[in-house]
Amino acid sequence: MKSNHESTDSIPFSPVPAPPDRHPGNPFVGLRVAITGGTSGLGLALVRELLNRGARVAFVARRRDRVEQVGHELPDAHGIVGDVSRKEDIHPITMQIVGGLGGLDVLINNASDLGPMPLKLLADTECEEFERAVATNVFGPFRLTKALLGSLSASAREGRGAVVINVSSDAALNAYARWGAYGASKAALLQLSRIWDEELSHEGVRILSIDPGDMDTPMHAAAVPDADRSTLKPAEVAACELGDAVAAALLRRPIVQEVFA
Amino acid sequence: MIVANQPVQRPSNAKVLMVDARGSIKHHVRSELVNLFRPGDVVVANDAATLPASLSGRHGRTGRSIEVRLAARASLDEVSQFSAVVFGEGDFRTRTESRAEPPTLNPGDQLELGPLQASVVRLLNHPRFILMRFAGSSREIWEGLARHGRPIQYSHVPTPLAVWDTWTPIAGPPVAFEPPSAGFALDWKMVASMSARKIRFGTITHAAGLSSTGDPQLDALLPFAEPYRIPRSTASMIEHAQASRGRIIAIGTTVVRALEHTAAIFNGFVPPGERLATQRLGASSRLRIVDAILSGTHERGSSHYELLRSFVDDETLNRIDQELNAHHYRTHEFGDSVFLEKADKQMQSADQPSVAA
Repeated sequence: MKSNHESTDSIPFSPVPAPPDRHPGNPFVGLRVAITGGTSGLGLALVRELLNRGARVAFVARRRDRVEQVGHELPDAHGIVGDVSRKEDIHPITMQIVGGLGGLDVLINNASDLGPMPLKLLADTECEEFERAVATNVFGPFRLTKALLGSLSASAREGRGAVVINVSSDAALNAYARWGAYGASKAALLQLSRIWDEELSHEGVRILSIDPGDMDTPMHAAAVPDADRSTLKPAEVAACELGDAVAAALLRRPIVQEVFA
Repeated sequence: MIVANQPVQRPSNAKVLMVDARGSIKHHVRSELVNLFRPGDVVVANDAATLPASLSGRHGRTGRSIEVRLAARASLDEVSQFSAVVFGEGDFRTRTESRAEPPTLNPGDQLELGPLQASVVRLLNHPRFILMRFAGSSREIWEGLARHGRPIQYSHVPTPLAVWDTWTPIAGPPVAFEPPSAGFALDWKMVASMSARKIRFGTITHAAGLSSTGDPQLDALLPFAEPYRIPRSTASMIEHAQASRGRIIAIGTTVVRALEHTAAIFNGFVPPGERLATQRLGASSRLRIVDAILSGTHERGSSHYELLRSFVDDETLNRIDQELNAHHYRTHEFGDSVFLEKADKQMQSADQPSVAA
């Protein structure tokens, strides 16, 4: 698990003391969390993981049948149909998240677009394919976070903590051939996270970019169909690590660095 | 005044007219609003996001087209039951005053509003003001409102408002029926610069209701009872300011209504919690908490204008109106602002009975 931010303890911000902790050591009890791309892969594993830890979870995905299927399996989760790459969907999604959960403490921007499938060299990538990746991987998290910032900063002032996790990739840092649309858009998301975190530190809102590593998910299978699955991290393991990262951010501890293999 | 007819929340040339406690008037650019605040002040805004409260649909019994405008609710967590004003055929391009009457509404009538099903619970002392109840789970109702609802439109704004036009930058819980528009003056840079200057910024959540129904009888009932929540952090900021003689500055009339409602119950204290504001503020109201207000420019006779009379006397309000006209201020939701410090009563002569002690 890689985090791009280390200076977590220098926040000149003084919320009211947190309410009495009825569950010491478990910051997830009653925590209000929204997860995009929540019906498959890491997103679905996160919905399960955070529900298990005691959080109240809303999840967003494009396909109604999948949202209903997950909602049937996990009746405590609040399913929302919406596409973060569409500008018109952002406020309806936001309203359902904040209305359904009564506020928001943690947003996990997990929905991602790989770009052209199968992966292509940049020179073969259509502009529209690149635009679609940027719409999902950059503008989606930007718009959704911006629309939810009022709720997140209110949560920070109340001492509940406020954390946005933008799910990143090592393709944001390393130049992998044929990963141009995805890698370039994830690099933009990484820099967006770093700048926004800097700007919002005085509001007590953390914006973190986290790379969960190569996971055994439908998305990875689509990108690398012949991958040796035994070398990939199960989504459940990544979700558990990401849950720990959220807990660390909420408790304002530096996140433990792991070397990504 | 000029009608602000574009949904531009923060035009770079927005203005603010300031009236100090002695009644003297100055003009400022609104981008420098933070200069009107002082270290130790607490600035409180309403962080309600605006519901798309206009729902088009059909009246089941007659099949006629209707528009339902959600107007108020009993608590911030209520999602099933709303009071609402019903209009007949037509849309926002017609002034509310000239809209067609809806069909006769009876308890039990079904209202088909896109994906939402609702029924009339009862009439609220007026043929087109109803208590209504949505069918379905809260998840279904939220989805229906979010996808089918449209922001309440203004006939003076020629292009339809999108939802994002009606949300202030700090918008959080979607509980307001019209925008808490004084908050359009805020941006995150201003919030950051407040904390750099030791000016504390807090929020309340107040479900601002409809500002106009197009019916004089109904408008006379405004504002409706409005639920609000004062969070612990804001209550603590106010308590600290009271102890250290810092000022409490309200961004908008809804903040005044909420804080003064709580203070009236708790004898000048403002504990956190959710309550229902029922009072109307006007010339005879005594303000216990709020020292100054940032507000839009409001038309004489509106409930917002009445509330400003609790800050300054009628002579000052007349002078404000003259200045707003002379300096071409823009009125309505997307217009310019006024910043009024509560009149220092000792400064005023004894022959101004319109100001209550």
